[in-house]
Order: sequence, then C-alpha cells, then structure tokens
Amino acid sequence: MIRVEEIKKSFGEQEVLKGISVTFEQGKTNLIIGRSGAGKTVMLKILVGLLNPTAGAVYYDDLNFSTLSVKEKKKIRMQVGMLFQGSALFDSMTVEENIRFPLDMFTNDTKLEKENRVNHCLERVELEGSNKKYPGEISGGMQKRVGIARSIVMNPKYLFCDEPNSGLDPKTSILIDELIRKITIDNNITTVINTHDMNSVMEIGDNIALLYHGELAWVGNKDEVLDSPSETLQDFIFASPFLQRLRKAYNQ
Amino acid sequence: MTLLYEFGKYLKLLGAMFRKPEKFSMYWKETLRQMNDIGVGSLSIIGLIALFIGAVTSVQFAYQLQGSFIPAYYIGYIVRDSTIIELAPTISCLVLAGKVGSNIAAEIGGMRQKEQIDALEIMGVNTAGFLVLPKVLAAIVVVPMLVIISAGISMIGGYLAGVLSGLVKPTDFLTGLTYFYEPYYVFMMLVKAVVFGFILTSVSCYKGFYVTGGSIELGRASTQAVVYSNILIVFADYVIALILT
Repeated sequence: MIRVEEIKKSFGEQEVLKGISVTFEQGKTNLIIGRSGAGKTVMLKILVGLLNPTAGAVYYDDLNFSTLSVKEKKKIRMQVGMLFQGSALFDSMTVEENIRFPLDMFTNDTKLEKENRVNHCLERVELEGSNKKYPGEISGGMQKRVGIARSIVMNPKYLFCDEPNSGLDPKTSILIDELIRKITIDNNITTVINTHDMNSVMEIGDNIALLYHGELAWVGNKDEVLDSPSETLQDFIFASPFLQRLRKAYNQ
Repeated sequence: MTLLYEFGKYLKLLGAMFRKPEKFSMYWKETLRQMNDIGVGSLSIIGLIALFIGAVTSVQFAYQLQGSFIPAYYIGYIVRDSTIIELAPTISCLVLAGKVGSNIAAEIGGMRQKEQIDALEIMGVNTAGFLVLPKVLAAIVVVPMLVIISAGISMIGGYLAGVLSGLVKPTDFLTGLTYFYEPYYVFMMLVKAVVFGFILTSVSCYKGFYVTGGSIELGRASTQAVVYSNILIVFADYVIALILT
C-alpha cells in the first residue's frame, strides 16, 4: 500500500500539486487520471522518489519515504518497478540484457538462474523467443512488454506505469492493460498507473484519482464513474463530441 | 552567479560519482567498454593528426633555420621537445574533446531524454557513478596511452617530412631526437594527459547528464561540452606549465 499525505509541489512560483492526499491499495490497479498539465507526471515522479515534494509525505507501507536514509531508500527502490511512457529500454542492449540488467546489478544469482528468471518474465509478457532482439528491432507494443518484463524481474512490491497505452493502437492497449492487471493480481502488488486512456479507466480502474489543476477532484472506481455527479469527472471522461453523444444515448 | 551555480552542480556530480558502486564487476565491465570506445575508437584520428603535426613542425622549423648558424640536428630536437611538452598532449586532447566529448554528451543526454537515467535511478543505481565514473576512469588510463602514441607518431612524421623533403639529413634528425633528452618532460606530458582526460570526460558527462528539453538542447549540450572542455584544457595547460616548469 502507498499512502500520500498533503503532497504539495511547486516549481518557482507555479504550484503544480496543491495538497493531495490519496491511498493506493495493494493488489489493485490504482489509476491517476487527469488532463495534460494536471500534475499526473509530477505526482508519479514524487511517488517513485525522482522528485521531492515541497510539502507532505509519501508512505510505503507506513514508512515515510522522505525521512528514510539513502540506504533505506535504496531498499525500497529495490521493491519498485516502473514502466516508462517511452519504455526507456537501453538501446545498446538486447531484450534479454535489458531484462537481466537489474539482476546483474543487484543479485549474485548464477547465470542459469538469471536466464531462467528472464525467460519466465518474457513468458509472462508473451514475448518468448525475442531474447536476442534489440529494442530498435521490435514494435512499440513489444517494447512496452519488454519494459513490463524488466520492471517485474526483481519481483517488485510496487509497480508504477507512466502512460502505458500512449502511442499504441486500441487492441494493443487492451493487451497491455490486461497484462498489468494480471501481474497486479497474481503478484498481489500495489500498482499505480498514470493514464488518460478512457478504456483503461473503464476496464482496470479499481481505484481512480482524478487530478484537476493540481488538486484531487474525484476519487472512486470504474463502477462509479458513469453515475458520478462530479462535473469535472464527466467533462474529462466525455471530452469528445462522440463520447458526449454516447453519454446522451446512455442516459436516455 | 550562473557560473558558480554550474560549477557547484558539476562538483556535486563528481561527488556523487565516488559513492560505493552497487557491483564492482558491472562497473569494471563498463570501464573496459569505455576504454575500448575512447582508446581504440580514437586511435586512427589521433595517429593521423599526430603524423601531420610532426611533419608540419619539422618543415616549419627547417624553413626557419635555413641560412642560420644553428645546426640542422636542432630540427629533431625541437620536434621532440615541442611534441612531448605541448603538441602531443594538448592537440590530442583538443581533438579527443571534439570526438569523444561530443559523443559522451550526446549519449548521456540521449539517455536522459529517453528516461533511461530515470529508469536506472528507480532501479536503485547510482547513475552518476555508473554513467560517469567508468568514462572518467577509462579516460585517465587510456588518454595518456594515446598521447604517448601520438608523441611517437609525431616524431616519425617529423622525420619523414624533414628527410623526404631533403630539409634535414636522417642522421642529423636522429641526433637531434636524442640530444639533451630530459625525462621530466615525459612526466609533464603524462600529467597533462591525465588532467586533460579527466576534464574532457567529466565536463562532457556533466553537460549530457543535466540536459533538458529536446533535440536542439541536446545538440547545444554536445557543442557546449566540446567548447567548455577545450577552454578548460588550454587553461589547465597554462596552469600545469606554471606549476611544473
């Protein structure tokens, strides 16, 4: 579980996050949604420790991350996996080397153990046999799956995904969403996904936090979205004229 | 004020670089890879430039000494000392700053823009240590070797140019090469090579590490890496000359 308490973040005069408190539950896919510029990426960067909040605290299972020592922070980070928007795979390494990198860096496993672990992760993301390919030789969707495989190779307790569906076609997006959800449930981990993909919201939104101009505008789950009276949420969900027509039809 | 801020950030990066490595074997592997990239990858350009530097020095001095009472073997002597003391370390490192420095800044800057550095940080890797230290160590080891090779090739270039153009006899040039040989100058050359190697890699890493924005900023960082490295190299050259002579 990850708990965020009164998080504030400013860049100079500009206040990007204005005191956000929210809890991300274990074994569930927790979504942070909002329009571009709402503060989602800043929020995610604070959650993973890439940015320090101006005020407030992030708790990893009751441990206040900002008060931990460098060694303790490192220990937490070993339990964190992250899928980046652009996958962030190392171009000079093969798929296998990319996934194996955390194992090479932090474990004393034998070559065979690492190989088995890499193959297991590739199996989980349905990319068996792609070991020797380079990131430049595979599609965007496959790169995302390799990114997921790398993020779960150390058996993380916390998984963060930044816009996992960006740049993907709807079918591949669904596959990626299903994969993340399956990993979350199977491994009983805390997953936080930063997205503005409506399909993800409606399909895998166990917990949803809507950010609007740096404030928490709405909290709920996928079953509560359509019936929510929140104007901000409805404006966000039904942003396009097509979806507005669909909503009208749904209401009728 | 900006200069002080930048310098402070540079020192902070250097400080972070010396934290205990997560795994020595991974850092060692990366250092060997960098040694290959910086050393073997730069051998041909350094050799080619050194050859012509020696040739030009030899021909120029031969021309200057024509009609004077100074003996011809001085050409070999001047080629040797100017190469060892100044030309081999300084020109080689200015060339390396252009070739290796821009490459390092672009590589690390590209990693920053593609969030690969963030990915490493989230994994718990000391990014300053893993990305900067191997490059700096590799340069400190490999650049002196390149400078020694450069000095040797320069003297060969000087010999070939002087002898083939008939400006100096082979025996005179070889006499000059061994005339009043001072091993201390080689020490000076190596000190310069180590310092310049450190400057060109650390400055380039710094410019790449903190790059923000898009491709224009990356190009700018790469150019700045070369410009700043060159300025600092010639400044350090002056300081070393003051201290060691």
